[in-house]
Amino acid sequence: MSQTEKKADFLIDTRGEQRALDAFVVAARFSRDGKTLAFALGDGTVRLVVVANPTGEWRSTPVHDGAALSFAAGTGGDDFISGGDDGKLRRITAGGETSDLAGFGMKWVEQLASHALDKGKGLIAAGVGKAVHLFDETGKKLKEWTHPSSVTGLTFDTKGKRVAASHYNGATLWFVAAKTDTPRKLEWKGSHIALAMHPEGDSVVTAMQENSLHGWRLPEGQHMRMSGYPSKTTSLSFSKGGKWLASSGADSMVLWPFFGGGPMGKAPIELAGGDGINCTQVAANPKEDIVAGGFEDGLVVVADIGSSRVLPIVPPGNGPVTALAWSADGTCLAVGTETGFAGIVDFTKRQV
Amino acid sequence: MAETPNDLIPVTVLTGYLGAGKTTLLNRILTENHGRKYAVVINEFGELGVDNDLVVDTDEEVFEMNNGCICCTVRGDLIRIVSGLMKRRDKFDGIIIETTGLANPAPVAQTFFVDEDVKARTRLDAIVTVVDAKHLPARLADSHEAEDQIAFADVIVLNKIDLVTPEELDAVEARIKSINRHAIIHRTQRASVAIDQVLNRGAFDLGRILEFEPDFLDGDDDHEHNEDIASLSFQVDKPIDPEKFNAWIGALLQEQGPDLLRTKGILAYANEPRRFAFQAVHMIADGDFISDWKAGEAQVSRLVFIGRNLNRPKLRRGFEGCVVD
Repeated sequence: MSQTEKKADFLIDTRGEQRALDAFVVAARFSRDGKTLAFALGDGTVRLVVVANPTGEWRSTPVHDGAALSFAAGTGGDDFISGGDDGKLRRITAGGETSDLAGFGMKWVEQLASHALDKGKGLIAAGVGKAVHLFDETGKKLKEWTHPSSVTGLTFDTKGKRVAASHYNGATLWFVAAKTDTPRKLEWKGSHIALAMHPEGDSVVTAMQENSLHGWRLPEGQHMRMSGYPSKTTSLSFSKGGKWLASSGADSMVLWPFFGGGPMGKAPIELAGGDGINCTQVAANPKEDIVAGGFEDGLVVVADIGSSRVLPIVPPGNGPVTALAWSADGTCLAVGTETGFAGIVDFTKRQV
Repeated sequence: MAETPNDLIPVTVLTGYLGAGKTTLLNRILTENHGRKYAVVINEFGELGVDNDLVVDTDEEVFEMNNGCICCTVRGDLIRIVSGLMKRRDKFDGIIIETTGLANPAPVAQTFFVDEDVKARTRLDAIVTVVDAKHLPARLADSHEAEDQIAFADVIVLNKIDLVTPEELDAVEARIKSINRHAIIHRTQRASVAIDQVLNRGAFDLGRILEFEPDFLDGDDDHEHNEDIASLSFQVDKPIDPEKFNAWIGALLQEQGPDLLRTKGILAYANEPRRFAFQAVHMIADGDFISDWKAGEAQVSRLVFIGRNLNRPKLRRGFEGCVVD
């Protein structure tokens, strides 16, 4: 079997573009208008890719004096927001211009979430130590919420009305428009290290230090426990409409059913498993019931949830996958790894 | 792609009471021209004055683990910080963690045993405890933490020796040895100790320390303990049955884990050319095969306990019961 034949089995070689960026890929995000893809890196730069022309220049913009730690699409159409270990929260435009939104001294900006509202307005939430700072799209501070311990996961609900934050001994649900901040406290003993919210806003799920997931069904607060992982889950992603919750932490992508009474009493499905290599990243497609998974050896696959069919995207050999993101229309997948490998695959393009 | 031990980032934990000289030592490490760069994790209430590009300011967040182990606590903030620092791995050679003066060293040490990601990236190089020669007796009298910090130490910097008489100094050193006979003690003024005596010691890597100090686990025990904490060492000459040892030590750590601050040993398993290194912090144990026994070397198993309420005859009988039939 020749090398070329073997390589051609992976979609990135025929429908993608790949680069060696020489720094840890912390996150990949598409802009809300879908025109720009950005990779935030451990060397403090952001690389900007024109989605329509991925073989062109990937513009490098210095953003942090240190490493980027958190990254999100901006509140406008074409911008991004980055938090760093230099204590800075910054905005980056598609053109590569940067500006400060906020500064937090020596504290790391470890968590970030954004939500776009109508007419260019929006909300930005930044998790810095025990606090979540809420800003409008201009960087004007609206609120500051504190927690009993450091914030480890942060997200807006689909409507931008609530912010959920995970921490030691549970998660807290804050109401953006509340006149007085009386949060909803979701309690469960232990260290919660990542968080996701169901697209319909009726469940919050966290990953725990002890290799399991915990969830709360809202509004009644019923607990959900999902266990059996050989290692920690660090990546969680709800599929289109919230039917499935995809998770990392096993040697396959583990998907829990959030329908028909699940996940309680239901077994998860496992996709692309069996070779003993841990899954490190998952990203559910926003339009179809398919999910992308990245593994510790650099392998990236896309799996069809219904048929369990697996399509290989990136071959192993590039270090643990640390970033995966779909464009909002579900046609492009961005990939990044710990060793600085980065790529974009276009699923609409015909094979040449 | 497993990392070789050399790729693992060495982590030095710096403990000691407020005013003992931790910050002086830290500044010495950071300013001395040794060509290495360190990421430094300091706590919010630390004595400031540390100047370094890679200072991480943290709140010590001690979290209990839900694993049925009552004394199993970890530093949740350190797990996050190590993960964050990995994003710029090429910018530093090692990590130094300064704890607050009142900190119990167990959660820090346990973090490096318990968290799989931290374990995959880093190795706990040594716990270095700075003590003040003049004030140590008073600290020992009024706090558990001062005693724990000595018990956990691999290296003790006995500082401010210019403030005491030679007799007082000998007495304080004897006091330290009665708590932890296995730490290496450096007498200093203004924390002036050669950096290579503090950093990159491999003190948690028993295989390595035994190469340099073959008698590390040897020695006569002092039977005249007045201290609450003591260290006891045991030796057996017959090969060990791994199953018996695991059953015994597992039950012992389960039962007496809160009292056992540190347990470390080198074991000669039957029909096994390699030495087995065992260590535990409270109930959390870890072990691995290290280098082969040398030709002609006596294959003797040794075990050291540092802790409270240690029953010497019972521990000896237990260890001796682990030999092959």
